[in-house]
Amino acid sequence: MLTINNLHATVADKPILKGLDLTINAGEIHAIMGPNGAGKSTLSYVLGGRPGYEVTDGSVAFNGEDLLEKEAFERAAAGLFIGFQYPVEIPGVSNVQFLRESLNAQRQSRGEDPLSGGDFLKLAREKAGLLKMDMEMLKRPVNVGFSGGEKKRNEMVQMGILDPKLAILDETDSGLDIDALRIVGEGINSIMRRPDKAVLLITHYQRLLDYVQPDFVHVLAAGRIVKSGGPELARELEEHGYAEVVA
Amino acid sequence: MNALPLPTRKLEDWRYADLDALASLWPLPAAEQIIVAAGDRFERAIILDGSIGEAAVQQIDLTLEAGAKAAIYALNIGGQYGRIELNVTMKKDADFKLGCAQIGGGDQNIELVTTVTHAEEGGTSSQTVRNVLGQKATGTYLGKVAVARGAQQTDSVQDVKAMLLDRTATANAKPELEIYADDVKCAHGCAIGELDAMALYYLQSRGLTPADAKRLLLQAFVAGAFDGAVDEEHLQQLALAKLSELIA
Ligand SMILES: Nc1ncnc2c1ncn2[C@@H]1O[C@H](COP(=O)(O)OP(=O)(O)O)[C@@H](O)[C@H]1O
Ligand SMILES: [Mg+2]
Repeated sequence: MLTINNLHATVADKPILKGLDLTINAGEIHAIMGPNGAGKSTLSYVLGGRPGYEVTDGSVAFNGEDLLEKEAFERAAAGLFIGFQYPVEIPGVSNVQFLRESLNAQRQSRGEDPLSGGDFLKLAREKAGLLKMDMEMLKRPVNVGFSGGEKKRNEMVQMGILDPKLAILDETDSGLDIDALRIVGEGINSIMRRPDKAVLLITHYQRLLDYVQPDFVHVLAAGRIVKSGGPELARELEEHGYAEVVA
Repeated sequence: MNALPLPTRKLEDWRYADLDALASLWPLPAAEQIIVAAGDRFERAIILDGSIGEAAVQQIDLTLEAGAKAAIYALNIGGQYGRIELNVTMKKDADFKLGCAQIGGGDQNIELVTTVTHAEEGGTSSQTVRNVLGQKATGTYLGKVAVARGAQQTDSVQDVKAMLLDRTATANAKPELEIYADDVKCAHGCAIGELDAMALYYLQSRGLTPADAKRLLLQAFVAGAFDGAVDEEHLQQLALAKLSELIA
């Protein structure tokens, strides 16, 4: 589904990703762990097409297509979803309006019919229920006045509504209490654990991985994947720290 | 008919005006006089959209008698030159509300010039102004709030924001206070900015095109100006159509 080859990227002329390789197949869940500043968020932004994140070398194929030549909105329509580490507040724009327009823009570019207002609300209600989020919150402006945990749950509601093929979730677990962590973990499983979908979890902690068990765990350090393994690698990292495991 | 000579740029109120366009209209007819009787309510929507000519100036003198309430909602989207001028005099306990959006592109010049005089005590006035300017457009807000001696417990707010879509566009904003009473609250805020890049990216990451992402943010930006208007929906629609044209 996703093939990253020798990816180099700079932010503000500073090299951050320095030859990153990663392959994710349909049906798989991958976790990326790594120290602060390693380039984890940069990887998600580069894949998501954020302006200012410049690819200087390498390639990324997404379902056989060149991901890097697509604009951000085209990547979304192709089935890529980014769960933001810091979801953005947008005063004056309601979640419902934003998500309905986004979903219908995606559907249109895939040649599908737009969803009616009624059908959209039904879908939104179902996904909000899955994440135990009050429907009233979905009518409020995007993320405005939401707590850290509510913002992360809102990201997952968005993921449920948009139904992507590949979700890259950047520290979705940070800022969540134990109950919210379980709800979010179960939400990820129910939305994304399918043979035709895949997930890349970026996290610092084993605790999310207790709910969403990864098939592969990678360590990202200084802009490259320096070690890969199975779920046991995450436990090893938790126990001994990055320095010892990577050394 | 007003017999004054054509203004020059030296006059503060006309400093940013399109004087050539103005000359084509000069002399202007006398300002419209509106008096809202004590305790009455009044609401008016003003739309300058170029339909009455490439240049348009609308001048209103509005007097609010004691306890009167008036709301003016204005949408200034051109012609070439569009100017709205409001001169408001407020008696005891009167309430005045202005919500205005000015949206311009090309080399349009659009301006809103207000003078709100709190002549007696207890009056409240609020002005919400949202300007969106693209290409080489110029948008201006000159707003004076004068509080007369004895107009105690006046409460006035000027909330002015401008959004520049291009570096070549110009926003002028000048809220001004002239206060001769000591027990008053007069707040004014004025901000000129650009669309938030992170918000734009966030919206696009969900599948919105760059144009739709901009439109959504701008729609939200101007929406507050028409809160509570009887014609709210109509005004929003006209604003949206103009915004869509601007970012197309
Ligand atoms: N906008 C930016 N300008 C300059 N440097 C940046 C910017 N964003 C990130 N960086 C730098 O890139 C590196 C990687 O950051 P990031 O991808 O956020 O790391 P992580 O998510 O792994 O903690 C850090 O050294 C950070 O300081
Ligand atoms: Mg990060």
